Amino acid sequence: MTLAVARPDVPLIQRDEPAAARVLIRAENVSKIYTMGDQTVRALDDVSVEIAKGDFVAIMGSSGSGKSTMMNLIGALDRPTSGRLWLDGRDIAHMDSDELAELRNAKIGFVFQQFNLLARTPAINQVILPLLYARPRPDDLEQRARHRLEQVGLGQRVDHLPSQLSGGQQQRVAIARALVNNPQILLADEPTGALDTKTSEEIMALFEELNREGITVIIVTHEPDIAAHARRMLVFRDGKIVDDTVREPLKPPMEVAR
Amino acid sequence: MTIIDSLRIAWTALRSNLLRSILTTLGIVIGVASVIILVAVGSGARSEVEKQIASLGSNMLVVFSGSSRVMGRAAGAGTDLPLAESDLAAIRDKIQGVVAISGQLNGSGPVVNGSANWTTTLSGVHPDYTTVRDWPVVSGRDISMQEMRASAKVAVLGQSVAKQLFQGDDPVGAIIRVKNTPFQVIGVLASKGPSSFGRDQDDLVLLPMTTARGQIVGKSQVQADQVGQLYIKFEDGTDLKDAQEDIETLLRQRRRVEPGGDDNFSVRNLAEFMKARTEVLSTMTYLLAATSAISLIVGGIGIMNIMLVSVTERTREIGLRMAVGGRHGDIMRQFLVEAVTLCLIGGFIGIALGVGAAVVVANAAQWPVLISPSVIALAMAAAAGTGVVFGYFPARRAANLNPIEALRSE
Repeated sequence: MTLAVARPDVPLIQRDEPAAARVLIRAENVSKIYTMGDQTVRALDDVSVEIAKGDFVAIMGSSGSGKSTMMNLIGALDRPTSGRLWLDGRDIAHMDSDELAELRNAKIGFVFQQFNLLARTPAINQVILPLLYARPRPDDLEQRARHRLEQVGLGQRVDHLPSQLSGGQQQRVAIARALVNNPQILLADEPTGALDTKTSEEIMALFEELNREGITVIIVTHEPDIAAHARRMLVFRDGKIVDDTVREPLKPPMEVAR
Repeated sequence: MTIIDSLRIAWTALRSNLLRSILTTLGIVIGVASVIILVAVGSGARSEVEKQIASLGSNMLVVFSGSSRVMGRAAGAGTDLPLAESDLAAIRDKIQGVVAISGQLNGSGPVVNGSANWTTTLSGVHPDYTTVRDWPVVSGRDISMQEMRASAKVAVLGQSVAKQLFQGDDPVGAIIRVKNTPFQVIGVLASKGPSSFGRDQDDLVLLPMTTARGQIVGKSQVQADQVGQLYIKFEDGTDLKDAQEDIETLLRQRRRVEPGGDDNFSVRNLAEFMKARTEVLSTMTYLLAATSAISLIVGGIGIMNIMLVSVTERTREIGLRMAVGGRHGDIMRQFLVEAVTLCLIGGFIGIALGVGAAVVVANAAQWPVLISPSVIALAMAAAAGTGVVFGYFPARRAANLNPIEALRSE
């Protein structure tokens, strides 16, 4: 079982291995180039990586290392300039913005550093939001949202406004919102950046629990403490992956299932 | 995302900035209200004029004798060679489509009933007069052919005269004195109301033409068979232009107008003249309404301005909506619905204000106003249209945001 290390000379997938079926994210020679005036910035430089279904990955690096760009691509918020990127078997390189939106809605749950909750909106409606954009639009919006709020421990606060919730509680609402569409990937960008240490630990514990239940968690952070919760760490520098450490191998899916 | 979802989101957004929403929609309120008021007043005035056209009698031409010139100075209509019974007969016999024809020879004088007296217009007419003018007798009866031939001393009173002389009693059968001659009242005319120039049309007494000519209007001033002006009613569907030309040709021959010479009479289509007035009034109404529609445009620009501010303020929200799966069209629709909702709310308030003000004007100024459902529908459509037109640009700006940059914005 190879958890891919980005080395061009090694084939990423051995075809006779069952691992191929478990790959959730696969980047192949992905580059992202931004043009600012007459300057070009190579934010990602020929990155190839695979992330398995059910894994818990921390993406690290200083600012400008390319980790945010990578996150935007994994989150289907952007397309690579060159190379190919598959999310759950679908190549995003050639999708238009509406197809990307649909893919985000169906497969990805976002958690942000600043929570990004809607002002003056009760928790339940925050969580319902992604369901409004789902196609087909489910009928049991409230029920689903309520269930997710219970899951993150806010069953008693469904009608609270963001201003009536603590930072940790607000982030839990955001996590419930990220989960409500049953996504494949939970993508968190500095999820504890605005929280104190104790609350951060609680939120990370929640991520671990969700990961144990089978969801793939990807956290972008520059804090080693936070990254330590992950099974695998990808370190970016100058648009390349410079370190790929597997701290704890992912159990085969059969065991996860049991 | 259903339209209900969009409406709910729009409502939440508008309510969370309530004062701003109200101020923004004020332009639309004023625009819609002023359109409603102006159109209501304008169409009220127009319906008045239309009523007056109807009161003239439909399918009708009027012939006046021309102006004579005394030492080069025109002496006014009716001073030239008067129209005579023979002209009336010729027109009745030779012109196609004539249903009824009557002269009207006007004079004036006092009428007296006991102690009540009233100076009024005394009109000598033919028995067909009430038919020609669509002016029914509501009480008693019309002047008969018999009475006409016999120069009978009978009178049909206009409503105003009846009121002045009899104060609500039935005048039919009573004897009144017209220029000191006793006349029997045989009928009372329906009320026709004021003319387009404000003259009370009901202030007159109809007498048989022959009687009037002989005794009332003054023998010395009148030729033996003079009939004053001629009112001619035509069959429905008659081309009045053709009829007018035919009458002109006929009268030119009869009155010996040389080819190329000036007519010493004139044939007028009063309804046509009034219609022209209606058109002027309509044009004025629409011009004024268009002017007030400009305030709708100004209001729309206000909406656009605030929507742009709103898009800028809510950039993060837009980014979030995109991140959780909002498509270009979803974002676009959300802001369009918001702008249209704002305009429709303004439209409703504007309609309420406009209708209210129109009713106040109608009561206070005794000014005719007419509020038609089509104007209200039009105003609502204009308000919604304003929302779509001026909401489009901000909505497109929102929908075209890059989700990454939108999420990163402060």
